[in-house]
Order: sequence, then C-alpha cells, then structure tokens
Amino acid sequence: MAKYNLKINGKIRKVDIDPSTPMLWVLRDHLDMPGTKYGCGMAQCGACTVHLDGTAVRSCSLPVSAIGKGAITTIEGLSENGTHPVQKAWIEHDVAQCGYCQSGQIMSAAALLKDNPKPTDADIDNAMSGNICRCGTYLRIKEAIKTASKN
Amino acid sequence: MENKNTQSRRSFLKSSALTGGGLMLSFTWLTSFKSADKMATLNLPEQWAELNGYIKITPDNVIKIFCPNPEFGQNVMTSLPMIVAEELDADWKNVVVEMGPHDNVKLGPQFTGGSNSVKMYWKPLRNAGASARQMLIEAAAQTWSVPATEITTKGGVLSHSSGKTAKYGEMASKAATITVPKDVKLKAVKDFSIVSKSQKNSEGLKVVTGKPLFGMDYRVDGMLIAMIQHPPAFGMKLKSFDASQALKMPGIKDIYSFKLYEEGYEQAAFDTRTFNEMIAIVGNTTWEVMNARKKINAQWEPITETKEKVNGFGGRKIENIVPAGLESTNAQLAKMQEMAKQPAKQLRKDGDPETAFKNAAVVIERTYNAPFLAHNCMEPMNFFAHVEADKALVAGPTQSASWLEPSLTKVLNLPADKIEIQMTRMGGGFGRRAYSQFAYEAARISQKMKAPVKLIYTREDDMTYGIYRPMYTATYRAALDVNKNLIGFHVKGGGIPENPVHANRFPAGAVDNYLAEGWEIASNVTIGAFRAPRSNFNAAAEQSFLDEVAEAMGKDPIQLRLDLLKRAKENPVGKNNEYDAARYVGVLELLKEKSGWGKPENAGKKRGVAAYFCHNSYAGHVVDLVMRDGQPYVEAVTSAIDCGVVVNPDAAINMVQGAVVDGIGNSFYGALTHKDGVAEQNNFHNYRMIRHNEAPKKIDVHFVQNEIDPTGLGEPPFPPVFGAVANALFKATGKRFYNQPFKMETEKKV
Repeated sequence: MAKYNLKINGKIRKVDIDPSTPMLWVLRDHLDMPGTKYGCGMAQCGACTVHLDGTAVRSCSLPVSAIGKGAITTIEGLSENGTHPVQKAWIEHDVAQCGYCQSGQIMSAAALLKDNPKPTDADIDNAMSGNICRCGTYLRIKEAIKTASKN
Repeated sequence: MENKNTQSRRSFLKSSALTGGGLMLSFTWLTSFKSADKMATLNLPEQWAELNGYIKITPDNVIKIFCPNPEFGQNVMTSLPMIVAEELDADWKNVVVEMGPHDNVKLGPQFTGGSNSVKMYWKPLRNAGASARQMLIEAAAQTWSVPATEITTKGGVLSHSSGKTAKYGEMASKAATITVPKDVKLKAVKDFSIVSKSQKNSEGLKVVTGKPLFGMDYRVDGMLIAMIQHPPAFGMKLKSFDASQALKMPGIKDIYSFKLYEEGYEQAAFDTRTFNEMIAIVGNTTWEVMNARKKINAQWEPITETKEKVNGFGGRKIENIVPAGLESTNAQLAKMQEMAKQPAKQLRKDGDPETAFKNAAVVIERTYNAPFLAHNCMEPMNFFAHVEADKALVAGPTQSASWLEPSLTKVLNLPADKIEIQMTRMGGGFGRRAYSQFAYEAARISQKMKAPVKLIYTREDDMTYGIYRPMYTATYRAALDVNKNLIGFHVKGGGIPENPVHANRFPAGAVDNYLAEGWEIASNVTIGAFRAPRSNFNAAAEQSFLDEVAEAMGKDPIQLRLDLLKRAKENPVGKNNEYDAARYVGVLELLKEKSGWGKPENAGKKRGVAAYFCHNSYAGHVVDLVMRDGQPYVEAVTSAIDCGVVVNPDAAINMVQGAVVDGIGNSFYGALTHKDGVAEQNNFHNYRMIRHNEAPKKIDVHFVQNEIDPTGLGEPPFPPVFGAVANALFKATGKRFYNQPFKMETEKKV
C-alpha cells in the first residue's frame, strides 16, 4: 500500500492503495467516479480513456504509481455540466446509442482537438481508432468532432 | 391475483387522482402485446391480463411516463414517450421519462428483444395519450361551462374560442374525476407534430457527462466486488482448487466454489447452464479481486454427457443433450460437412423440386459457412445483488427481467414478491443480455456472503462464457431451364446447435418447385440470440447466392429479385409465406432509386446489393467497396428501410447506420473459434472489431414513407449487410466469398 495525492479534475484526491492499481479502478472503486468505463483492461477498446496532462491515455493500463504530479481529467471534469464543445457536439449530432463507450470516445476526441484544432479525416481516424463502439456510431463521432472543431 | 381476462378492451383504461393533485391514467399494454406475433408464442402468466402502465400529469404541468423497457441503444426511452406526447398534444419539453420498475402487472412483459418495443407499445401508448387528452378537454369544458367540442389543444394548453386557456396541469386534478372515454379518435399520421419529427435522446446529456447509468456503475455502501472463475474450456468442469494463497491477498473476503442450479433444476427459456459450477472470488475492490484470482490453483476435468431440461417458449418441454468432449473449430466444420450429406428434416416443400432439378439445364450449388460470434457488448456482463434472509434486490443490465424473476425465485428459494428487480441502462445487448445467468450468479454469491455484491465479468470472462451466435452452414441449389428460367430452389441448412433456415421466407413463394431442409448438431458450446438470430446468417448466404443466380441467368440482381417478388405478389406459391411482397418491392425500388443503381455514373463502382425481411420489417443496402493496398474497405452505403411509421427519424437513421457498421465489422472480422474447447479469442487484441478507420465514410439512409403501424428496426437492417458486402467483394476481387469472416480470406493473400 502507498499514499498518493492525485490531481484529478483540478482537485487533490488522497488515496492509500496498492501501487499497481490501474487509474481506472482508482477512479471507479476508490473515488466513486464511474464516468470512466471498463471495457477490456488491456488498452484495446478505449472505453477508459482519460487525460494525463492533456494527453489521452488508457486508464485501465496506467498504474496509479505512474501518475506522479500529473493532472488527470476525466469525463466528469471535462466540463461542469456538459458544456465542453465536444460534449455539445455529441448532443447536437445525437451520437450515442447505448452510450457505454462514449465517455472514452469524447475524451479521445477532446485530446485530439486540443492538439490539432482542425483535424482531417485521416487525423480523426488515427486518433480515434483505439476507441471501439459496437453500436457503430463512428460516422456521427466523426461529424461531431468536425462540428466541435469549429468551436 | 384476480384474473380479468374477460374485460373489454376499453375497461383497460383507468383513471385516478394523484396524491397532491393531478391525473394518473393507467392503461394496458396487453392488447397489442398479444398481437405481437412473436410474443404470442410466449407463455404468459394469467395476471398479465391486467397490465397497466401509466402517465402522470402533475399540477405543475410535468408529464411523466414510465418506460417499461430498458434502454440499450434502441432509443426507447425517447421514442416511447414521444408516442404518448403526440396523442396527448403535450409540449415535448415538459415530458419526462423515467425507467419503470420491474412490475409485470403494471408494466407488462418487459422483454427487450425481437425488435418489438415500439411495435408492441404503439397502440396502447397512443390510446392512453388520446384518452388523457380527451379527459383534460372534458375537465376544461365542465370548468368553463362550454361544450367539449369547442375546446382545442396544442402544446399542453387547452383553449376555447372565448379566449380562455389553461395548461394541462391546471386541469389534471379535475380530469382525474372524469370517466375514461369509451372511444377516442387517434390522430392521422399526417397530423403528427412530435412523432416522425426528430427528437433528441432523452438521456443524451447524462451519457456525455458520464453519469452512472449502467449496471457497472451501480454502487451501494458496503458493497463487495465479486468475480467468477469458470472452466477454461467448454466441456470441462471444476475438479478441485486450492485458494490458500489467494485468500491471503489483501482485500479478499472469500473464495469458494458454488453451483448455479441445483440438481434437476428445470431451466426456463433464457436460462443457460454453460458452466454450472464455478469459483467465486469476493473482495473489497475490483483490482484486489482480479489479483487474488490469479493465485488460485484450480484443477478441471472433462464433463460427461448430460441431459438438461428446459421449459421453453409457450410451455414447450425440451430435453437437450449436452455432449461430452473438447470441441475444436476444424472438427466442428468437418462434422458439419458430414452432417450436410445426410438426409435432413423437411421444413417446406412446394411443387416437385426433385423433378425440377433432374430436368434442369443448369444447376448452381454453393455452400456458405459462418463461425460462432461473440456479442462483445462494450459493457461486460455484470449484476448487483443484495440477498437477505427474507428478500432480495437485484439490479443491472438485463433484456429479460421477467424471465429472470421466476428463475431467481427457484435459485434463491424466495417468493417472487420478495424479489425486487431494477433495470439499468445497458451498455449494449444484441441478444446477449436476454440470458441473465450472471444475475443468478450475483444473487447466489450475495446470499452466501450475506452482503451486497456486484458481480463483474472481465472482458475475458465475457468473451469465453459462450451464448454465442451459433455456427452455421447452408447449401443452396438453383435449377435453371434451357431458357435460364429459375425452375427450382433448394436450401439445406444446419448448425451447431440449431438450424438456421427460415423456410417460409423469400424466395419461398416465388419459385414453383421449392425445398427447405434443416439439421442440427448438439454441442456443449452454448449459444443464444444475436442481433437478428438466424436471419444474420440466412441473409448473408441467400443474398449472396441470389447474386450468383442472377449472374447465371444474365439478369441484374435487383431485377431478379423484383421479378421473383412480382410472382410472389401476383400468384404466390404455397402457403405461410411470411413476407409482404409489395413492401419488399417498395424497399428495392427505393434502394434502386437512391443508390443510382445501374446509372452510368456508378458503372465503375464495386457495388453489391442485398435486401432482407425479418422482424416484420424490410431492409436493403447497396454497398460501394474500394480496394486500398490490396484490402477491401466499404466506402459508402445506401440503405432503404420499410419499418412502417418512423417514430424518431434521426435516432432511426443512427440505428441503421450503426447496424451497417456492425454488419460490415462482423462480416469482415467476426469469429469465435475453439481449440480443444478453449475459446481462441478472449479480448479485443485477438477478437477483431471494426474500428473508426474501417467504417464507411458515408451511409445514406432512406425510409419508405407510409402509414403502416411501426414494426421493428433494431435488427432488420443488420442481416442484409453481410450479403451486400459479399456481393461487392465479388465485384472488387472477381472472387466469391463463401466463408465468414471475409477479411480472413483477403488478408491471407497479402
């Protein structure tokens, strides 16, 4: 067990925990932040995507001991109440079907647009192909990213 | 329970006053539920004759309806309330929808599947909305002392020509005292202002802000986390295990083996017994449980042949043989090839197919194969349970709460009225969550632990637990005479463990001499419904075959289908044809027009077409495929659908686009194979799912405009994708694709 002061969504959160625990389970089990989803546990599906210092990372494969002073942003911290341009675009295009993968999709898209505010289709494919959606909402995700890129 | 089977339809509507003022109108689902043909075969408890859902109108003008069926991406939590709001003439902004509790008496069968939700609830919801509106009008007429006929409604407001107006909420308490009208007039489809207009997902904001909507997110104080360790292979069972090391791991409460069902348990239709004895690992947190699990030293041994008793749909008693043995995909394929040569069960015969084939100038014969498929819902299976001595609460994602309840009463030995079931939003279902054994597992574990427990499957548990789409094969034969007329058609299909053939579907009814046969091979690999069961294979095989038949006849593939459907419409062959030839034609005509089929500007495209009927709806696609670096990609798709009135068009388009992407993914990549009973794919690194860069750039969706009561949409667009992809692959590569997944073949060549 080890103590960590984690910077999550702008707040310091203290946990006393096994250092190998992935951030995904720290968020879900220890901090009651279930917006970040479990999908595969091996960084293959993207459902658990969060930002570490603004970069999209798969929290299921990121041990808490590797965070250090890094700032974590989760879907709960992307905006106060769904007003981030990516979230707004998701609603405008009514992207979600079952919705389970969408936290991860949104976090990947938000990180992409931060680095690359005007992505091409190929840029979007590259940044988003680590996020699986079995409902098949890929077209709308692409449209929503383009809409968000205008804002 | 009082049985009121003899009640007239009208008496199914009941009004009452709400505590604190307002109107509650209760209504039945059953009248249309009964007519939903697929459901009619289910064995309904008698008390379901008194089913009631309700709408509530509060004095502050909020209109609330309980959604009977849970949401898993099919948009019911938006589209069902839209139907009520339409007939009620409510302001859509004031309508709130709440997931209903599990209550068969109030909310009906609550089965999510078979593309049935909108179809089943269309009429009762319209009647309820219209009746409430009529009662509000009557209340206003009495209050204002004017004739009811002079009162109009719009957007939740009652108006009289004198200038008097009132919001619905103001009249709701009074309306509760009005007798429920004997007859109400429903709106004409052309007058709809909410239905058939796109409305945003009622839970859209919650989804994009990461609110705890799903079973995985369910949490109560003091809750333990549980996992199960099931045998590593189909055909194996637990022999012994040593958990002494694992029990010493931090956070672990208990590790023990348990049986899901007792000896002699008679399974219900959606119960499965893939692995009856498992190891439960219970602890404080997910990561601790995952780590402890790795330290268990378990021994497994082969099963012997067993018989399982199943109380199937409609009370049908079935006895399944579960054979012993460790199955491998190659051996399964060889067994299927052998079985396909044996005489099979005749499912339908028209005319004299034997003579037609004997006299044929040309016989085309092709065999199609498809593997097991894993559902791979993005949310792995999970369930919460808190079982106490005299009661139980279970909560989570299930498509079949009402099938879960009677089984739970037996598993837990508790009466049904002591078991509360809460249905959460589901992170995908696709048929998988109709089989809720994970809920029984959670309940058994909670009962033993005497604590609230959330059972979580890892992705590996989820993918290797079975309930797969069955493995199928079918051989199609067509007989052509010297003038290249189609004079005979023969399909013989089989599978592990069910035969896929829909004997009464197209082209049955369109060919004079027709034969359909089926066979089955028992297996210990467990299977279940998967988005459009059987249809998802039949459409692939039959629609590819028709493409080859058209080629042999020298006909355009759409024209061949239209010619056959003309025959089926004007002078149908045989009885019990399931489909409506005119609607089938309508979809093909629309598809032809919208895709520019046969137009010179599309001559260079590598196009494939397929159309199929299932779940009461008609769907067709034209797929445009391109080759990049020697590999096929679907670039664009045009889709045409006839599902009757489209309740929420934008959401319907989304679902069709999703079905197209899902269909391309499964036809290109989907496969669950076995070696010595072990699933060879266990996570997304070796079970390939379609990804962003592999999805089409464009999917244009068109609906046939008509006023037919809505039929299903979740499943129908999915099956024909497989056939259209196969036919486009032929155009792009010059080679016919008979074995799914298709991409295995194209990638082998590189």
